[in-house]
Amino acid sequence: MKPYKMVGLLEEEYNKIVEILGREPNETELAMYGVMWSEHCSYKNSRALLKLFNTKGLRVLQGPGENAGIVDIGDGFAIAMKIESHNHPSAVEPYQGAATGVGGILRDIFTMGARPIANLNSIRFGELKDEKTKKLLRGIVRGIGDYGNCVGIPTISGETVFNKCYNDNPLVNAMSVGILEKKDIKKGTARGVGNSVMLVGHTTGRDGIGGASFASCDLTRESEENRSAVQVGDPFMEKLLMEACLELIKTDCVVGIQDLGAAGLTSASCETASRGGSGIEIDVARVITREKGMTPREIMISESQERMLVIVEKGKEDKVFEIFNKWGLHAVVIGRVTDDGMLRVLENGKVVAEVPASSLADGSPVNYRSYRRPKYMDKLSNMDIANLPCPENLSETLITMLKSPNIASKEWVYSQYDYMVGTDTVVVPGGDAGVLRIKGTKKGIALTVDCNSRYCYLNPYEGAKSSVCEAARNITASGGRPIAITDCLNFASPEDEGVYYQFRNSILGINEASRILDTPVISGNVSFYNQSEKMAIYPTPTIGMVGIVENIENSMDIHFKDKGDSIILVGETKAEIGGSEYLSAIYGIEAGRVPEVHVEIEKNTNEGVLSAIEKGLIKSAHDISDGGFIVALSECCFKNELGVNVNIDTELREDIFLFSESQGRYILTASKDNIKDIIEIFTKLGVQAEVVGEVIDSDFKVNINGRNVINLNIKEMKSAWKGSLPCIMNQ
Amino acid sequence: MKAGVVVFPGSNCDSDVYSVLKELGADVKYIWHGEDKIDVDLLVLPGGFSYGDYLRCGAIARFSKILEGIYDYVENGGYVIGICNGFQILTELKLLPGALLKNMDLKFICSDCILEVSNDNTFFSRLYKKGERVNFPIAHGEGNYYADDETLKELERNNQIVFRYVNNPNGSRNDIAGIINKKGNVLGMMPHPERRASSLLGGTDGIRLFKGMIESFK
Repeated sequence: MKPYKMVGLLEEEYNKIVEILGREPNETELAMYGVMWSEHCSYKNSRALLKLFNTKGLRVLQGPGENAGIVDIGDGFAIAMKIESHNHPSAVEPYQGAATGVGGILRDIFTMGARPIANLNSIRFGELKDEKTKKLLRGIVRGIGDYGNCVGIPTISGETVFNKCYNDNPLVNAMSVGILEKKDIKKGTARGVGNSVMLVGHTTGRDGIGGASFASCDLTRESEENRSAVQVGDPFMEKLLMEACLELIKTDCVVGIQDLGAAGLTSASCETASRGGSGIEIDVARVITREKGMTPREIMISESQERMLVIVEKGKEDKVFEIFNKWGLHAVVIGRVTDDGMLRVLENGKVVAEVPASSLADGSPVNYRSYRRPKYMDKLSNMDIANLPCPENLSETLITMLKSPNIASKEWVYSQYDYMVGTDTVVVPGGDAGVLRIKGTKKGIALTVDCNSRYCYLNPYEGAKSSVCEAARNITASGGRPIAITDCLNFASPEDEGVYYQFRNSILGINEASRILDTPVISGNVSFYNQSEKMAIYPTPTIGMVGIVENIENSMDIHFKDKGDSIILVGETKAEIGGSEYLSAIYGIEAGRVPEVHVEIEKNTNEGVLSAIEKGLIKSAHDISDGGFIVALSECCFKNELGVNVNIDTELREDIFLFSESQGRYILTASKDNIKDIIEIFTKLGVQAEVVGEVIDSDFKVNINGRNVINLNIKEMKSAWKGSLPCIMNQ
Repeated sequence: MKAGVVVFPGSNCDSDVYSVLKELGADVKYIWHGEDKIDVDLLVLPGGFSYGDYLRCGAIARFSKILEGIYDYVENGGYVIGICNGFQILTELKLLPGALLKNMDLKFICSDCILEVSNDNTFFSRLYKKGERVNFPIAHGEGNYYADDETLKELERNNQIVFRYVNNPNGSRNDIAGIINKKGNVLGMMPHPERRASSLLGGTDGIRLFKGMIESFK
């Protein structure tokens, strides 16, 4: 095999390297290009389209291109956030793969000078009846939990989704959010000739070598043998590194700081140099290694975790030694900043690699891929679903839905995460968004992560739009105003024209919603090649979103509170069961036209809900999504074990009304005295809102056009919903 | 009252308990694990993962410099409260009997948790009523309290069990959630009272524990 193929490069890419260098690269240089020009690091197949994103806004202090995006939340504070995939490592080594996913995203946050205050995750698996899926679920959840719990960052929200398209390719998208004072923003920039380049934190070993390249191709049977490309996490080390870095950032000696993630020392050094328009010279002999005999190539591309590169003002190195010594961590000067734009790697003073830093960081070829609408789309969206029979016993159907893994309580998952450490979690997992208070202010932030990949499969544009809108509804229902997005775009191979069509249209869909809702995309990540020999994943553009809760006392949860309260349905219910959870769980069908999304209407509806919350008119708010009105209604009842008496008048078929996933809808409760004011708010905005029933003791009764269609007891429903996942996992 | 919250490498509930004590008006400070003098009335060993808990939980922290003087401090009547990882450290120090094993179902559990106050006649629990039910959350992987039959009998006989689980979440023997030493000045408990000190965060059941201690010194 040609040497360039061994590092995952194409012949034309190799030729471009030769052209840049004016000579053939040596082994170390070639390895460095191999990892930096991999899809994972270079975004060569996505860069051209990512430029389309709406990334600007009054609150944006840092957009895409840095380790994390930053938005202003007022009072002198800012929020840093980012989401990133760790799909391939988690597929072959679930525990470590997921754990290091959390570690990596945490470092992206504290490298910006922010203290991480919350983690979220979106994890996706194949069918839960599979033993392999159960093993992945156990390992991934334990990996996420062990890492975040040990570092002491609460995992406050997330989603766990099951679909056969993830049978071979589970997805692990880890998101982290941090807080900082605006004046403390740090960047990954190397400037100032003669300033010291320091490597701090963990030692460097042979783990994770070539991880970036490993993540940039399809998962095959051979991938299992690549387990050594998966890094090993040490959350205790991360905790110390985080405290030491945050202490260091408060001093005046840091010029720039960057974590060592994919492509290790190579990416950290060339990216900091490239951003600063400078060069960097490092001597690998100074790097503290875990094992003897590591070559310059291995040291440069090792992905050992819990390490940071710090550019320190010359003469102030002792301050760094002092702080890292206190925390019992290594800190070594490995080189210096130069002005020649080169990344020069020495070994004991002898040059072993020398390439233009910017050519590594930003020089990869940009691929403008061709795309074509895949044939399956027309076939599936035109499938006739209107003539499916209506189930005879809708009470039974509802119980089946509540037990289905996508709807069932995810307590089995989130109870393995410490979601309260830090004593700021105001709204805990199990509802719409997680809400944190911001100590020292009256404010809070609401956080969520969402994607409906089934919609995206059937219609990437509308699906991506509705994922953004669902995230915004989750934030709104919790009392927050959505302000920014971080996205994790998980797709199959970009070399497939159909996949590239999905990718392109998802981006366009996100873009439309993000512009109208004024929620710019401030950071993100692309993960391609999520496919195996047998199947490809559905397009999964995961949307992480942050919102501001102006007065934390107004934060809202989904739970019904008091008997006698009125139940209000906001938004219009249409015959939209295409792509629904109902069709999938009950009929095993994933087809039809996905629900339409009218972002302007969503925006108005959100304004109405927020206004009702801020005026203190309502007691609970829940967005309607997977499973439709009836599932959302059930979820509102469980915590306080209250029931409902609901009467619906509709022209829709009973099951279609109950399980339709029409967008832009909420369920609110309020005491009877406030109903008039609430309805008035929505009427003024031109949004449909009506009282459909009231909260009662423990019976769950729903009548449609005067006929009783559901009659259940809330305890029975709760036990079906709550017991489902533990029951499946303990089988 | 002067209180000190020990910061071990890997402590992560240190600032949570510090904030609650501070809000309640205590004179509180952090004590770095490398210091050698305990000059406070109440020493808090907070939750977290000291030294990563890579060995048995608390097994390394017990050797830290600040804890060298803890036996004398306790002997002389100094008060100690160990929460979660702090409880584990106290059993490793043998200041409290027994050990904390892995949870019965081997998983980490984060959840609200109803406790019953079994002894309200202690320095720590005096603002609660015996038999009262309180909600302090738990968040641990190794909180399954174990002691041999003889020790359990003694704990019961001496009224050393302060808190019991109402629905035992982790397999603890005799539903034990928190115990004191014989002398009554060292409390270890797995649940987190500092996480229930604000109505915004789901309740204020935990406040009385800290208030009780602070007021004892007034």
